[in-house]
Amino acid sequence: MNYFPEEVLEHILDFVTSNKERNAVSLVCKTWYKVERESRYRVFIGNCYATNPERLIARFPRVKSLTLKGKPHFADFNLVPHDWGGFVDPWIKTLARACPGFEELRLKRMVVSDEILELLSKSFVNFKSLVLVSCDGFSTDGLAAIAANCRYLRELDLQENEVDDRSGHWLSCFPESCTSLVSLNFACLKGEINLSVLERLVARNPNLRSLRLNRAVPVETLQKIITKAHRLVDLGTGSFIHDPKSETYQKLKNAMSKCESIRSLSGFLDVAPHCLTAVYPICPHLTSLNLSYAPGINSNELIKLIRHCRKLQRLWILDCVGDKGLGIVAATCKELEELRVFPSDPFGPGNAAVTEEGLVAISVGCHKLHSLLYFCQQMTNAALITIAKNCPNFIRFRLCILDPAKPDPDTMDPLDEGFGAIVQSCKRLRRLSISGLLSDKVFLYIGTYAEQLEMLSIAFAGESDKAMLYVLNGCKKLRKLEIRDCPFGNMALLADVGKYETMRSLWMSSCEVTLQGCKTLARLMPKLNVEIINENDLWDEIPADDDRKKVEKMYLYRTLVGPRQDAPGFVWTL
Amino acid sequence: MVAKPREQNLEFEAAERNLSPGMANQAWGLEDSATDFKETELTLGPPGESRDAGGKSGTKRGFCETLDLNLTGSNAKRNDPGAQSQQEACPTAKHPAAKAKLVGWPPVRALRKNAMRSDGCNYVKVAVDGAPYLRKVDLEMYSSYKHLSEALEDMFSCFTIRNYFNAGKLMDPVDGSEYVLAYEDRDGDWMMVGDIPWQIFARSCKRIRLMKSSETVDIEPITPPK
Repeated sequence: MNYFPEEVLEHILDFVTSNKERNAVSLVCKTWYKVERESRYRVFIGNCYATNPERLIARFPRVKSLTLKGKPHFADFNLVPHDWGGFVDPWIKTLARACPGFEELRLKRMVVSDEILELLSKSFVNFKSLVLVSCDGFSTDGLAAIAANCRYLRELDLQENEVDDRSGHWLSCFPESCTSLVSLNFACLKGEINLSVLERLVARNPNLRSLRLNRAVPVETLQKIITKAHRLVDLGTGSFIHDPKSETYQKLKNAMSKCESIRSLSGFLDVAPHCLTAVYPICPHLTSLNLSYAPGINSNELIKLIRHCRKLQRLWILDCVGDKGLGIVAATCKELEELRVFPSDPFGPGNAAVTEEGLVAISVGCHKLHSLLYFCQQMTNAALITIAKNCPNFIRFRLCILDPAKPDPDTMDPLDEGFGAIVQSCKRLRRLSISGLLSDKVFLYIGTYAEQLEMLSIAFAGESDKAMLYVLNGCKKLRKLEIRDCPFGNMALLADVGKYETMRSLWMSSCEVTLQGCKTLARLMPKLNVEIINENDLWDEIPADDDRKKVEKMYLYRTLVGPRQDAPGFVWTL
Repeated sequence: MVAKPREQNLEFEAAERNLSPGMANQAWGLEDSATDFKETELTLGPPGESRDAGGKSGTKRGFCETLDLNLTGSNAKRNDPGAQSQQEACPTAKHPAAKAKLVGWPPVRALRKNAMRSDGCNYVKVAVDGAPYLRKVDLEMYSSYKHLSEALEDMFSCFTIRNYFNAGKLMDPVDGSEYVLAYEDRDGDWMMVGDIPWQIFARSCKRIRLMKSSETVDIEPITPPK
């Protein structure tokens, strides 16, 4: 057949939804490239500086949904100065001009302003969904604009943003005609909320499936809300303090027992130990439970709660649960797929903590576990080897031993063998974070066995440049590498410069890399932006004589559009 | 040419393990009273480079360097990089944990860290038996029991709380009745103030009460081990 109608091709491509697959489709031939780009509605850009808004519109003129990520991951941990970049402004301005049908924006680690939110709210008649994760730069005034102007808004999801909370009136800006809400999450807001406005909003939005409240919403309001929101699947409570003997408690418990639909529970931003009994009625149906913001609950209360949750697939919890509590999780939650254990006292060991014992128990009981984030006091090689054997299905394995560079306490050895066992056993591993005392050997294991690894985070590890080379040479699918406080220098950085064009980004801070090394790399690889962050000096020009100076923070990424124009004074693109 | 620190790590570490914790701290220069080794500290930069406390460029970047410049409270001197001994083998990767804070460690999002710390202030109610109203104190403002008792003394100046922890009691000079300082912990139990380390107390204290001695029958004098 010489002629294949494009309409047919387009219809077929409608069924290809994954961006990875659509990217592959677009490489087949010019026709397929053309048809694909004209029918692509959802675009994902993992690094907002890898391209620019003009190129986005030129290639995908019909884009309706855009996901953008800005700052490097380590910005979450205060390693990136506040005004480093990641501004969403140029993207919204271009979309406002070129894509009136734009519907959905998802941002992670970007800087958003009230003015831009207002522009957004007024530019896109059909705007439906705004998801902001770890963003900053805006206030509740921007949210008021969204509420007031987006007539068909379905989703407003604010996750862990730094929002300047000016008043609770933004909620009142949702007009009476707003009845289309499906998802509303304002848990990260710190200020007061007009409770009766909230109740009326919930009452007139019967399609609400996901609702996450902030700390200002008390139990009395919660109880009223859940009686009105019949389709709720995902609930985040606000404050959860009540007297178990009060009428409010009884009403709440009754309301909970009538909630057939809730599958996901979070919040408990303020809670006292005896309060959790009110949620027991919904525990048997829960597939997702997040107690990681509830520090006041001791191990016994947590255990009592968890015993009711036999269907859990995802559990986020604090290390107050203890090894014993994790044993109960292992015995109860046989469907568990994702576990995150956060430190309840990030600055010191404390009494409440978990060790390798808890994780071993989990690995014995929860065979479906594939995603782990585990902050613990200590870890042993023997435990990791056991875990690797019990759970070969890990896709994400992130272990953080709170005491940096801590060895196996039983043998005083580095944890090379333990992590080696993990990468050898878990053939589908895509994301790995390692910690504890680690020599070069663990990196040899990673380079040799972690064939699917896409993201690797390293801190206080390794002995020489060889370690970094093992990883760069071995992990063919590596996309993101972030390193802090490791003795890796120019030799490792420059050994295979072409590798970085196959990756999204590389972060190195407090390592041995010098200005000379970075300059060389930048010279050899014009398609990379090699950025140096130096908070101590504001440079107008790079000082010419200090090439042996070690670079405090380096962030490099591949890009199609050269050095960015919005870099602040302390960032220099070489 | 300054020797590369890496090769020396293993020997140093083996030797260091034989040190007692106190000696180890001194070796790392983390004691407040450590001699100022700044001028003699070995660096990987050219000699004569500026060594101001804030400057990180050129100096050997050890574990110590990543400490937060937290200039409040008792951490102030410990965190000043200038006061630390940057001995050759301050290995980046192998230092046993300093108790002071590292920047960005553990890798927990700021919002989450703040939630654990309750926004850096920790107000608890203080009630005095017989007083018509309560007061509030921010436990984050104090670093020791002595510090707290001085503040309470100012607040409730009709009592003398001096020497509280020597005598274990305090006297109301007006009517001669004795008062005991007690607090309610997270489990709802009333405990006598002073038994546990200050930091743990500050985290677990929900409210404070100056109780008349005659009512102290039910207080557990010693914190049970958890």
